[in-house]
Amino acid sequence: MGMTMTQKILAAHAGLDTVKAGQLIKCRLDMVLGNDVTTPVAVNEFNKAGFDKVFNMSKISLVMDHFTPNKDIKAAQQCKLCRDFAEDKGIVNYFDVGDMGIEHALLPEKGLVAPGELIIGADSHTCTYGALGAFSTGVGSTDMAAGMATGEAWFKVPSAIKFNLKGKLNKWVMGKDVILHIIGMTGVDGALYKSMEFSGEGLKNLSMDDRLSMANMAIEAGAKNGIFEVDDITLQYVKDKVSREYKYYSADADAEYDEVYDIDLSEIKSTVAFPHLPENTRTIDEVGEVKIDQVVIGSCTNGRMEDMRVAAEILKGKKVHKNVRCIVIPATQKIYMEAMKEGLLEIFINAGCAVSTPTCGPCLGGHMGILAKGERAVATTNRNFVGRMGHPESEVYLASPVIAAASAVTGKISNVTEVL
Amino acid sequence: MKAFGKVHKYGDNVDTDVIIPARYLNTSDHKELAAHCMEDIDADFVKNVKDGDIMVANMNFGCGSSREHAPIAIKASGISCVIASTFARIFYRNAINTALPILECDEAAKKIQSGDEVEVDFDTGLIVNKTKNETYQAEPFPEFIKEIINAGGLLNSLKK
Repeated sequence: MGMTMTQKILAAHAGLDTVKAGQLIKCRLDMVLGNDVTTPVAVNEFNKAGFDKVFNMSKISLVMDHFTPNKDIKAAQQCKLCRDFAEDKGIVNYFDVGDMGIEHALLPEKGLVAPGELIIGADSHTCTYGALGAFSTGVGSTDMAAGMATGEAWFKVPSAIKFNLKGKLNKWVMGKDVILHIIGMTGVDGALYKSMEFSGEGLKNLSMDDRLSMANMAIEAGAKNGIFEVDDITLQYVKDKVSREYKYYSADADAEYDEVYDIDLSEIKSTVAFPHLPENTRTIDEVGEVKIDQVVIGSCTNGRMEDMRVAAEILKGKKVHKNVRCIVIPATQKIYMEAMKEGLLEIFINAGCAVSTPTCGPCLGGHMGILAKGERAVATTNRNFVGRMGHPESEVYLASPVIAAASAVTGKISNVTEVL
Repeated sequence: MKAFGKVHKYGDNVDTDVIIPARYLNTSDHKELAAHCMEDIDADFVKNVKDGDIMVANMNFGCGSSREHAPIAIKASGISCVIASTFARIFYRNAINTALPILECDEAAKKIQSGDEVEVDFDTGLIVNKTKNETYQAEPFPEFIKEIINAGGLLNSLKK
């Protein structure tokens, strides 16, 4: 029986010729990731278990992105603990304020993840690197601690759901709309314990930024990982970023899938997920009148260059509605710099947006844009759970940067056609 | 190993943001985390929970973020075991790795109600509802995972 892309990567990293769904295996890790929220718990576990050195000083990435620049004294203490650990253990890829970015935008940009590699991260959106054809998955702090100490982790080999993509997205429709559409179809546990594998002739019409935002939200369907077939777009993307050797995999022709979905990209419409689950999706023409108080454009889902460009294209020469606070957060320093050089930051500021240094901040209700009781936000982020962006009685509507920017202008959830 | 206690029951898709809201993640202190466990969906949980109590929920328990603070908060609040129809996979891993006993059992999840007194045998997977006089059978963990839990978590199992 053939193997899926994910199964091939797992087999190669377990030193096995084949693996099958359900098998428990131990795999070698190419990268172990943590952030300022999850690393302190991992460091405590690492020290408590009596380990004194890490398995490889260049295969660990620590990114201070959640509550940074430090939002309060406790957050400052947590970052200091991470900084001291990185220095003590000689961890090369430690990123702090000034050179950090949101972890899942930063690692691909820095070439720290490559096709065919196996990555674990103590952050659920670690599944993002599947966009590059890597196996990457979120774990907890204890797995991270064990990974840092031994360079290994245990896995149960997943079965897979295949998404066969064809056609081309219409103008103003983005990868975010595709993944929201898919989650609306499968539900938030539709891919529980499974891989989501994306392939088909439609791939050639999806940019790397589109793929990154789609793989990013695989976890929102309950998936273990989301993974894209490697093609010229992938290889072009990693060409000037990754200098080490890597080996990538494609699924066998006779690989077994639990389900196969055919998705015509040309039929996808702009999609919004209503509170309080990412599966509560409606197409933009089904939304109705929803007044908003805040817009957030950023996060590990949609804080990349294409997101900045499309938001600026819509906001150029316009003003954010007087009842709306619009917060734009480029995901990395490099994106921030590029947005500045292209004049996008000027467009945002002229429109009345606040532009922030990279941070996860408001996405998880940390800081930099918390909602009051009864307030509503349109956000390009990935979760709209109860209390996610602030007060338990506030609401988050998930959408693409196109819908977010248009809504910032009108003060209600709106399609781009209402502002052009 | 066995657990016995009173049940706190919840529905589908209990996410890690309601188990422990991110606004409290600026600490990893177990007691501080436990003080805010479940507060956005059940403000009285912390007041009512007693040592040994059992948490029961329906589908996809623990979905969302990878924060290990979620099983830590549940365990530190006194909960001895979580039973659900299904668990989100990162929470499932985290519970095993931190030695918080969990069991998947759809029948138990559907029939057990808040306030029921329940006994759980982790070796056999047998769940006895003393209040309703019912028994439900869950799949016990495979050996590999039992070893991790019996060692007191993943890192302890690596130490030996």
